[in-house]
Amino acid sequence: MSEQALSSFGTDRARKRLRRRRAADRRFKWYGRAAIGFALAALALLLASIFSQALSAATYHVVSFRIDAGRVVAAENTSGALKEVYDQVRADLFEAFPDASGTPAGRQEVSALVTRLAALPIAERLRASPARRGMEQVSLPLSDDVDLYLKGAAARQVTINFGPVAAEPTEDGQGVRLSGAGAFARLIAAASLEHANVTDVSFLVTGGRSTVRLTRLSADEAEGSLIAGTASEFGNRALCARIILAPQSERTVSDRQIAWALALKADGRVRRVPHWSLLTHTDSTQPELAGALAAIVGSFLTLLVTASLAIPVGILASIYLEEFAPKNRLTSLIEVNINNLAAVPSIVFGLLGAAVFLGVMGLPRSAPIVGGLVLALLILPVVIIASRAALKAVPDSIRQGALAVGASRMQTVFHHVLPLAAPGMLTGAILGMARALGETAPLLLIGMVAFVADVPRGPGDEASALPVLIYSWATQAERAWEPMTGAVILILLAFLIAMNVAVVYLRHKFERRW
Amino acid sequence: MDGSAAGNEVVVTPEPAGTLALGDAPRMDCRNVNVFYSGKQAIFDVSLPIPDRSVTALIGPSGCGKSTFLRCLNRMNDTIEGCRVEGEIIMDGKDINSPVIDPVLLRSRVGMVFQKPNPFPKTIYENIAYGPRIHGLAQGREDLDEIVEKCLKRAGLWEEVKDRLTVPGTSLSGGQQQRLCIARAIAVRPEVILMDEPCSALDPIATARIEELIDDLRKRYCIVIVTHSMQQAARVSQRAAFFHLGKLVEMGDTDQIFTSPRDRRTEDYITGRFG
Amino acid sequence: MADHIVSAFTDELDRLSADILRMGGIVEQMIADAASAVLHNDVQLAGDVIERDHQVDQIEGDVERQIVSLIARRQPMAHDLRSVFAALKVSGELERVGDLSKNMSKRALGLEAAVFPAMRSGVARMAQPVARQLHLVLDAYASGNAAAAKAVWESDDEIDQHYNALFREMLTYMIEDPRSISDGAHMLFMAKNLERIGDHCTNIAEFVYFQVTGEHLVQQDRPKY
Repeated sequence: MSEQALSSFGTDRARKRLRRRRAADRRFKWYGRAAIGFALAALALLLASIFSQALSAATYHVVSFRIDAGRVVAAENTSGALKEVYDQVRADLFEAFPDASGTPAGRQEVSALVTRLAALPIAERLRASPARRGMEQVSLPLSDDVDLYLKGAAARQVTINFGPVAAEPTEDGQGVRLSGAGAFARLIAAASLEHANVTDVSFLVTGGRSTVRLTRLSADEAEGSLIAGTASEFGNRALCARIILAPQSERTVSDRQIAWALALKADGRVRRVPHWSLLTHTDSTQPELAGALAAIVGSFLTLLVTASLAIPVGILASIYLEEFAPKNRLTSLIEVNINNLAAVPSIVFGLLGAAVFLGVMGLPRSAPIVGGLVLALLILPVVIIASRAALKAVPDSIRQGALAVGASRMQTVFHHVLPLAAPGMLTGAILGMARALGETAPLLLIGMVAFVADVPRGPGDEASALPVLIYSWATQAERAWEPMTGAVILILLAFLIAMNVAVVYLRHKFERRW
Repeated sequence: MDGSAAGNEVVVTPEPAGTLALGDAPRMDCRNVNVFYSGKQAIFDVSLPIPDRSVTALIGPSGCGKSTFLRCLNRMNDTIEGCRVEGEIIMDGKDINSPVIDPVLLRSRVGMVFQKPNPFPKTIYENIAYGPRIHGLAQGREDLDEIVEKCLKRAGLWEEVKDRLTVPGTSLSGGQQQRLCIARAIAVRPEVILMDEPCSALDPIATARIEELIDDLRKRYCIVIVTHSMQQAARVSQRAAFFHLGKLVEMGDTDQIFTSPRDRRTEDYITGRFG
Repeated sequence: MADHIVSAFTDELDRLSADILRMGGIVEQMIADAASAVLHNDVQLAGDVIERDHQVDQIEGDVERQIVSLIARRQPMAHDLRSVFAALKVSGELERVGDLSKNMSKRALGLEAAVFPAMRSGVARMAQPVARQLHLVLDAYASGNAAAAKAVWESDDEIDQHYNALFREMLTYMIEDPRSISDGAHMLFMAKNLERIGDHCTNIAEFVYFQVTGEHLVQQDRPKY
């Protein structure tokens, strides 16, 4: 049987077996590639969705105002200065849109273009340099709803450029009549495509600083009420029609606010700028004002506490267990328990932290010191396991060589074993820190989810942390939080990637092979 | 080749009987040594005098306890969990297993070279300077330089590495690494050098160099070598001891062991009749 | 003794000792035949013995080659080493014995036909214990019997005494009849050859004894010339 198989490479059976074996090889390779492909696709999908979500948060719209700095500086305190700035901003807006400013409702609608708190950084900045006098050019972020509209994310809309057409004021002086042979055919066609008509949704036609909301539309003529600017502005110029497909009642931004924002934009007062305040501002109730600075600093302080506790304790424990402890029942019990501890859900550590650090020891709630302590406990087993693995990887021949020239146990470990294990131990420590950076659940339980408006100055101050900030922003109702959340996720990912790159670098630089 | 020259020397000019005679005070005298690994006995009642300034070869099949016995001589067995040594090993009139003897100090007097060359992953210089440094054998930098040079010369490695003392010891070839390990062992001025199959990972040329070196070193040191190679034991040693199943079966002059062993088991082993 | 783990090694050692024994058998027969040729003045047989010496030389060369190769490839130790060493020496001794037998046959061819029968029978008589010595020592070699080898080694006296007696007998003949001096001288050399063969047997016995025990037989005050 076997002799026959050996003596003949060319038999049908041999060929068949060969084909089957090669097919099995190929199949296996493809399974592997498919698995890797699946993992990569999932990762790419995740990153793409976060990136696309975060992209619109990379920039935002600001409006420029001219402020009398002297009056702001003269205010008694910050809240007075804030009031002064915001009053001037509002006055500026009322002046720009006088027709709406007659009624309290209209004044409120105009004021909503810029949030009151958005004036706070300006007020603080101006007060910080009291020597300033005279008019200052300042930029305030538009409110998140208007900002989202301008980014095209608030509601679906169809935009059609047309004109020029003839324009005349209507009889009551409140409206505009636009006419031109067949000028509106494209607009009607687009509207019918979307099953939209002027009674249900807003048809806004903008010319320069002025906007009209259509109430009647035919192929040759359109009529509507003026919501910003004057009728005279529509004549003989290119116009832009916007069909906003969500009815006004279902939007957070009104037609008039849209018209005003477009008018400000036409004036060149609205600019789209990089959203640096995401990194320099602290948390806020208003998305356009909110930033992750407090969370970044909080995370940093928390990790500082974690690192200064978990790394020395973990490394010393692992050195003792691996190099000095006798191998007996007790140490193997400890070993098993360390491994078990590494698998305990992180929320359990949070409960423990809340009970012990807050309850028994009376440490401050929401403080990085408590968060750091809890996370240190959480990653301690990870650090110990990684460090022990690094120590185990040092070949025994090195220890024997050192012992044989008369080095003591301690000298052997510190002169020979540790230098070789250090890169691996450091890798374990950094990976543990990366895990700590991403942990949310234990921090929720010790109160680090609280709204923190100030940058913490020490580990005892109230603070938040990046993953917790993501959690709290992700649970907000307003649309504008969504891209903001994505942006903070990216910040967190950037930190994690930086730490992992550090691991790879350290490994490459210091790792030794035998 | 070097190896055959060394081999010839053993056969053609046998050592004067005086240096090998048991009547001389042995450098180390093992009396009724028993070794247990977690209660299981590995060495049974071995009594073996080890003469100074000669090479004693421990031979025997795998697992016969020769390496275990070797490790008793510098108490390397202390580092193994659950290992217990009974009996006396006398060196300078003292039992090295007694609690008053510090194993670290003992190991500086009884050096060891291992099966696999295990230089520290440091420079060649540091490999040798490490021992003298931790034992305070050098007064200063010049002194240390001198020790390094002397040891490398004695290990026959100086000419090959004198221009690159700062390269890592691990970058040398296997045979050079092993000679570096020997230089490292002699740097702490031992009186006895234990070698645990020092050539088993080396090619024949490197092996011959090491054997030549061993032959040279025995003028100053007492050497105990464990080897699996009958030919090597015959070539380098003046005394040979045959271990089997943890017992010392036969010991005697190498000439006698390899031409007319007294015990049937020795005969069978060295003539290739059992494994 | 148990076989080697490498069975080819055992085979080679076995072949070596078989060759030695074959050589020994031939040489033993040569002694007897040479003596017979002398006794019966058998020219044919004497020529035959001379012829057989080539065969012995060939076997000896073959044995030497085997031994060199065996040492180079197997590095024999202990008993194996002693066996190989003994084989080398014994084959040399046997070759010498062969040479001596050939020499006897050559001298037999040169004898006058009318040589005294008493002289012829004296040489033939001495050949018997010599051949027996060789036979005994070869037996000891084949069976690895150190005691038998030692017995052969100790009984060399007998042959020496035999030689001395024959020597005196020949002298007597030659004094009585000077015409016999030429043949007598040949006869004396033959007797001497036989005595030398006895010595070679003693040497072989020493090697057999060393092969088996690893010890050398100490030269005591054994009668020697």
